[in-house]
Amino acid sequence: MIRPGKAVLFVFALVPAVWLAAGLYRGELGANPAETLQLETGIWALRFLLASLAITPLRRLTGWNSVIQVRRMLGLFAFFYATLHLLTYIVLDRFFDFSRVGEDIIKRPYITAGMFAFVLMIPLALTSTKGWIRRLGRKWQVLHRLVYISAAAACLHFLWKVKVMIGEPVYYAGILAVLLGFRVVWRFRQGARLRRAAAESGPHKPYPAN
Amino acid sequence: MLIKRPTDIKSSDITDEQAYVRRREFIRLAGGAALAAAAGPLLASCSEDPMSALAVTGEQAPLTSVRPRVVATDEKLNSFEDITSYNNFFEFGTGKNDPRRYAGRMKTSPWKVKVDGHCAKPAEYLLEDLIKPFELEERIYRLRCVEAWSMVIPWVGIPLSSILKRAEPTAKATFVEFTTLLRPSEMPGQNQPALTWPYVEGLRMDEAMHPLTIAAVGLYGKTLMNQNGAPIRLVVPWKYGFKSIKSIVRIRFVDRMPRTAWSEANPSEYGFYSNVNPEVDHPRWSQRTERRIPGLFQTHPTSMFNGYGDQVASMYAGMDLKKFY
Repeated sequence: MIRPGKAVLFVFALVPAVWLAAGLYRGELGANPAETLQLETGIWALRFLLASLAITPLRRLTGWNSVIQVRRMLGLFAFFYATLHLLTYIVLDRFFDFSRVGEDIIKRPYITAGMFAFVLMIPLALTSTKGWIRRLGRKWQVLHRLVYISAAAACLHFLWKVKVMIGEPVYYAGILAVLLGFRVVWRFRQGARLRRAAAESGPHKPYPAN
Repeated sequence: MLIKRPTDIKSSDITDEQAYVRRREFIRLAGGAALAAAAGPLLASCSEDPMSALAVTGEQAPLTSVRPRVVATDEKLNSFEDITSYNNFFEFGTGKNDPRRYAGRMKTSPWKVKVDGHCAKPAEYLLEDLIKPFELEERIYRLRCVEAWSMVIPWVGIPLSSILKRAEPTAKATFVEFTTLLRPSEMPGQNQPALTWPYVEGLRMDEAMHPLTIAAVGLYGKTLMNQNGAPIRLVVPWKYGFKSIKSIVRIRFVDRMPRTAWSEANPSEYGFYSNVNPEVDHPRWSQRTERRIPGLFQTHPTSMFNGYGDQVASMYAGMDLKKFY
């Protein structure tokens, strides 16, 4: 069954892509349409990535548990826009000159970071199906922690690209820091709680060996 | 009031053909020979949307007696819309559309330019007086931005050397320093720490005196739009665009290499010379190719000295341009 909330989100998430395609077709993307396409697809990839990372804090802070249902879709849209973003680079910037693409990946840190962020998203997108979630069991959660590294690399990619570090790239890096900060704090508190519980129950007694 | 052109150049050679046809159509629609006459030079500049260009008629005065095409190229000109809507002018924000959006607030009249430093006749001029003694020239130059995009732009201006010689620089003058207006109330970007304000640029004396270097006051036969650096800006076509400082209020003869805005912000990425050079990468990206606006593909090969090597390369003979980037 398709839930109405998910259907609405799906349509909304496609709006930027449709808007860009229409703008390109009608010549309304400004004097440098290639740059507009590249910047917008990249920013939307980052926004969806951050939105997917906001789901867990949102649940814990508000108790709105059903919001988990859209997390996978947010992640897949991040991958979708990241793919388009990569294509703008390979096709519009380098026109399939893969020796130059390779050179860029090796020599230019912002491209290294961007490519790294993208590559990390591939296994996450591939294992996002119900079948893979079941097959991988607990390992799925561990694997999907790669998203933290991917998001950090994506933020670095943006920060390293711009000529002066003000405005949007800094805001997004800040948002990521907050989203990851929640997790660090919770992990820390959870550790403290476990230690406290362990201390209250006294020294650990090993089971007697038979 | 029209820019006088030699009769052998049809205006259709200069404006792209579609725009030319649309312009005819617009003039017909607009009706009235008076309006057509008034808008003629402006419309010559407009290829995208006649109406948006019409909105500026009130502000952009046509420039009279301009010597046409003193330096030209057979490459296709960028449209007035491209040139006035896609700008790097961080005084108005770091987005490419910010200058068009916010530059209207900058008051450009009256405008004074101080010429001082090591010279016999330092003076502060009203813009009109600075320009009046000299004949305006149309110069169609390629502009290569350090960000790997480029345009072809029909500037109107005077050789910078005319202004400099009038001040009679002394032997101590080995460099020229230029300063942009500092007025945060009208230039919102100056309230952000993107660069150290005011923007400062510089040229070596021989570069400043070079016949290709101009002080531009117009574009497409009309006075400059604010987003393009009104009312007076530098254009140095063989260097990356950021060397061509906008909205100049001071020209100073100095005896040492001046600090420049970008090399101060990031010395490893932006040198003093900043000659267009496909062999020297920006540390973060390649400079081998460029995207000719409004093209989609970044496949246009970048030329040494932006294609002006025949005229300027001798100034750098013997210099290691990898070191002096």
